[in-house]
Amino acid sequence: MAATYEYRTCPDTGFKIDLNADKLIKWNAVSAVVFLLIGGFFGLLVALTRWPTVHLLDAELFYLALTAHGVDILLVWLIFFEMALLYFCSSVLLQCRLATPKFGWLAYWLMLGGAAMGNVAVLMGESSVMFTSYVPMKASPLFYLGLILFAVGALIVCFVFFGTLVIAKKEKTYEGSVPLVTFGAIVAAIIAVYTIVSGAVILIPTLAWSLGLIPYIDTLLYKVIWWGLGHSSQQINVSAQIACWYAVAAIVFGAKPISEKVCRTAFLMYILFLQLASAHHLLVEPGLTSEFKIFNTSYAFYLAVFGSMMHGLTVPGAMELAQRRKGYTKGLFEWLRKAPWGNPAFSGTFLSIVIFGFLGGITGVVMGTEQLNLIMHNTIYVPGHFHATTAGGTTLAFMALSYWLVPTLWQRELWAPGLAKIQPYLFGIGVTGIALFQMGAGTLGVSRRHWDMTFADATLTYDYPAAAHLMMALNGVFAIIAAIGGGLFCIQMVLTIIGKKKAAPAEAPAAPAAEALTGHGHGAGLAVPGTFVLALIFLTTFVLYYFVNWKYLSEVWILS
Amino acid sequence: MAIFPPSEKVWWNEPVERTEALWIGICLVWAMILFFMMPYWHIVGQQNLSNEAYKIPLADQGAESDPSQRFVGEAYEAKVEAYVAANTIREEGDTGIPVVKATDSGDVYMLGRLWDWYPILELEKGKSYRFHLSSLDWLHGWSLQPTNINIQVHPGYEMIFNVTPTETGEFGVVCNEFCGIGHHNMLGKIYVK
Amino acid sequence: MTEPNNTEDGPVPFMQQLLDNPFLLLFIGVALPSVLYTIWGIVDVMSIPVGQ
Repeated sequence: MAATYEYRTCPDTGFKIDLNADKLIKWNAVSAVVFLLIGGFFGLLVALTRWPTVHLLDAELFYLALTAHGVDILLVWLIFFEMALLYFCSSVLLQCRLATPKFGWLAYWLMLGGAAMGNVAVLMGESSVMFTSYVPMKASPLFYLGLILFAVGALIVCFVFFGTLVIAKKEKTYEGSVPLVTFGAIVAAIIAVYTIVSGAVILIPTLAWSLGLIPYIDTLLYKVIWWGLGHSSQQINVSAQIACWYAVAAIVFGAKPISEKVCRTAFLMYILFLQLASAHHLLVEPGLTSEFKIFNTSYAFYLAVFGSMMHGLTVPGAMELAQRRKGYTKGLFEWLRKAPWGNPAFSGTFLSIVIFGFLGGITGVVMGTEQLNLIMHNTIYVPGHFHATTAGGTTLAFMALSYWLVPTLWQRELWAPGLAKIQPYLFGIGVTGIALFQMGAGTLGVSRRHWDMTFADATLTYDYPAAAHLMMALNGVFAIIAAIGGGLFCIQMVLTIIGKKKAAPAEAPAAPAAEALTGHGHGAGLAVPGTFVLALIFLTTFVLYYFVNWKYLSEVWILS
Repeated sequence: MAIFPPSEKVWWNEPVERTEALWIGICLVWAMILFFMMPYWHIVGQQNLSNEAYKIPLADQGAESDPSQRFVGEAYEAKVEAYVAANTIREEGDTGIPVVKATDSGDVYMLGRLWDWYPILELEKGKSYRFHLSSLDWLHGWSLQPTNINIQVHPGYEMIFNVTPTETGEFGVVCNEFCGIGHHNMLGKIYVK
Repeated sequence: MTEPNNTEDGPVPFMQQLLDNPFLLLFIGVALPSVLYTIWGIVDVMSIPVGQ
């Protein structure tokens, strides 16, 4: 017997929504957007400072803004949104009451308090230690405490999430296996647990050290354990973002995964191996063995990359299949041409897939190759890579989903549907420019986290090539475009939430046509030839770019 | 649909569609090539960073008198100073920074500290050197430009790698790990004759 | 949490049972990187020899 609980029925989807989950999703999502706005603003300041002729902030403010940008975006915005997703994927998708809503609220306030504390510590100016806060550079204890509280809150949400899965199963609110999107959320939650435990293991002693209770922390040990937090938290994003891709494919196209088995196996590769990539940050450290570096940086024989490449096929593949069933069967790409490019949920998702795959994924693998890392480590190539993944991939995917989620959950009309149409393109183009020009500048050796690439006040001199200056200027231009895109999103969401009630319920996502897909795989040809061609273009780019970098490496000084 | 439970109770036994099967095969092969390249480059490649490193003994770091000062690498600093004293050939312009010519033993020393790389080195093209590198205080990033070789430097660890310059000229050493408010002024230099 | 392993569609294969068990996956997903990355990394750092 299902326990009684308060719920409402969503007029658009027919979903039963637990009122506690409803509220928690909303509060977490709104908090996320607020921190996206704050963090994005700091990001714009950073980009304008790195534009050599603009050079907006002074050095002290620059390092402060860069720390705030990193913490607010990489941690606070993304994880707050992911918490909303965990509630959505468990309680709403499984049609189940939320486990221990009180703990959900405790977690929320811990996270909000922690995030606020961290921001205050940074803004006070005593904690400009960057997102990574490498010891022995010391921040104020408030900074570490804020991060710890935030992480503890997030850990509690993970347990509420797992608890809700147990309830759903016990009360039989669904039959068989959980939906694929929920499975993606499970993967995100699992990685989150490892992430947060790593964070606790290193940040609690660091807090004690900043209070003077512990005399020192080994810098190399710090870095090893810290990246269990720092990199794995980005792997939560990857899993959550791919869950969003599948969700939007289902909502917009009524798409069904070509094969549950393939999609879930690809996710399994993430559970097993994705987190090993924390070693990407340790490839040019002293003393670690090459065996450790090669095994971990390769996510165990690149099986997690294999997982990502599978998702890269299965998500657009599901869309193609759904479109072909609607009759868009002409040629290789009619399904794509006739896709709803004016629907921000789709355009955002598709751009997210392309930017994440072509720019973020390929460069991540290249940079994470033991020897190739030598010609990229800590150059601005690195931020170029992760802007493609976290901004172009994850943030854009979350934005895309929000265009469906927010009007549906709040039952509101979009404030400005016209602006919503162009917003994903603005943000996508902005981020693509940022990623490309940062990578370009990094290839020319420009350092990341650096206030003055002209070295005007240094005793010695060094001149970067003129092209590097140009690329940092273009980075600034595209950062402005991305900031306009990001700003439009935040304004759109806020004004939608406080805006006009929805007049009529939207079209519900079509219930699964039970046998609609039987038969695929038995025919003579490929079910999704267009997607396969796109995948081959991706692979060609990957192979060429990978070996071009080996060529670059072979031209530098001999090292052994 | 991915937001609903799979319509079949048992989905594991479904056949894999042809596009997916083909792509799985391609991806597995590519994954193995990606993996193979790293050990392969260790054997045939000429750019492999040595993992030789030593902890600088605690006793030499002033750790006994004041553990919070552990990272002050006095022992390493003394080594570098002795090396500089013995091998300085000139000073760099009017900066007073010593330029040190590498000896025939092939050992060269450099240290990173807030906020310079010390000393300036003079190397010869085509000659192999045992390059010693450490930090006296915080983490620094040794970034040789425009060659673009980047190595992370930790306090308390002395790393040693073999390096052979393949071109002549004047090279900048940028710091690319954030090390506080003077980070962007931290520069060093290497000459290759 | 015990679920009958047989449905009207036949027995549930082992791999599907694994993928349907979030807590087993949680254990694997935390244990594996803890051993392969964290512990191996710490061992590597600890085995760096002391100089001189």
